[in-house]
Amino acid sequence: MDIKALKFTEDHEWVRVEGKKAYIGISEYAQKELGDIVYVDLPPVGERFAGGDELAEVESVKAVSNIFCPLSGEVLEVNEELTHSPELINKDPYGQGWIAVIEIENPDELNDFMDAEDYDNFCSTL
Amino acid sequence: MGELKRTPLYEWHKARGARLIDFAGWEMPVYYEGIVAEHQATREKAGMFDLSHMGEIEVKGPDALEFLQSVMTNDVSVISDGQAQYSALCYENGTIVDDLLITKLPGRYLLVVNASNIAKDFNWLKSHIKGRVEVLDRSSEFAIFAIQGPHAEDIVAAFYGESVRSLPYYHAIELDYQDKKNAILISRTGYTGEDGFEVLLPNEYALETWNKLFQVGEKYDLVPVGLGARDTLRMEMKFALYGNDISDQTNPLEAGLGWVVKLDKEFIGSAALKSIKEKGLERKLAAFEMVDRGIPRQHCPVIIDGQPVGEVTSGSVSPSTGKNIGLAYVPTGSSKIGTEIAIDIRGKILKAKVVKAPFVPSHVKK
Repeated sequence: MDIKALKFTEDHEWVRVEGKKAYIGISEYAQKELGDIVYVDLPPVGERFAGGDELAEVESVKAVSNIFCPLSGEVLEVNEELTHSPELINKDPYGQGWIAVIEIENPDELNDFMDAEDYDNFCSTL
Repeated sequence: MGELKRTPLYEWHKARGARLIDFAGWEMPVYYEGIVAEHQATREKAGMFDLSHMGEIEVKGPDALEFLQSVMTNDVSVISDGQAQYSALCYENGTIVDDLLITKLPGRYLLVVNASNIAKDFNWLKSHIKGRVEVLDRSSEFAIFAIQGPHAEDIVAAFYGESVRSLPYYHAIELDYQDKKNAILISRTGYTGEDGFEVLLPNEYALETWNKLFQVGEKYDLVPVGLGARDTLRMEMKFALYGNDISDQTNPLEAGLGWVVKLDKEFIGSAALKSIKEKGLERKLAAFEMVDRGIPRQHCPVIIDGQPVGEVTSGSVSPSTGKNIGLAYVPTGSSKIGTEIAIDIRGKILKAKVVKAPFVPSHVKK
């Protein structure tokens, strides 16, 4: 997984663009902050989200956290594996821990994101 | 986190990479490696917990027993030197001040109380003193470690001597620390459902002892365990947690603690509890497991026949069963095992059912 190819949001989501599709997940920093993830509430396939909408919920043993949709578009696919193996987000947040695929409605929205280096710098300020 | 209290092990927890949180005004580890891993390590091998934030109150004097009998729900007269007992303190109306462990030792009784209730319990006891009784808050002097799990006996015996192997459940012995006589109190007690021990010792020896126990425990795969796993372990056993399952809004009978309430003696709250018992309990603390997918949390409404009837008091994942479990007060008529209930988890009404507790078998050495 080439992390340098990913884009990041300040809410610790990552985006990987493949043509018209955007793979969404949460970062290494986020999974570490959350601790053991024990439950993932995936969005419905076919539902359309605006950038900034609440997309999914992940739960650690102690807390519930919201994942926000980084960009606008329809959910094309969700990672069903997370239903019985939520810990994949902890073990492989950029690979097997992907959460959903969104159809990119507006490619201009991609300009708002940080690249890997900027995101690293951002995390070190937290 | 500004003015939080720290145990003698704070720097050790930090160095080990613990996630630290504010618990009852103390900066405590909620986990090191992870709650699930620490929970499983405790049930499969051994885990060691820093419980130094808990309170220690000493009661002594010629009238100590009589005084304690007048405030404790349980019968203190049945324990002899070196014996511990689970008990509660109640208000006049029968609701709970705190749950605690009382140990009889030569010349004194030692009460170990919840960190969140130290001042409250101490003031409660002091304000009800009758006769020649001294009540001392010694919480600032002592550290407590719990070593729990199938390997706990091996570890504690390797360090403290083979004689601890034959220490019966809910019994305690005092051991010397170098030239300090009876400085260490070891009890075969715990809050996990596994065999284990709790070691009470002066703060000055705490870090050294903790380190040595880890050295000895290494070959038994001893790991440090935080408060996160402490909570999931006790929940699987349906052990009450003050502030969640018991409080000044609940009485011990409905909480399933009738076994530590001896109504044939008089104590603060006994009249109210007798009357409650005679009328019959309106509600009972029930163990439940989710049927639909979802994790129940404290305060989630409990729905029976479309009506909200109460709230979840404790809820979480259960690492040992792979299920999502919880505790909640339900109307007595709905407390039978198998009763179908629903939990409102953030707006979704999800199916659950009342089940038998504990959720996992106990392994204490009875």
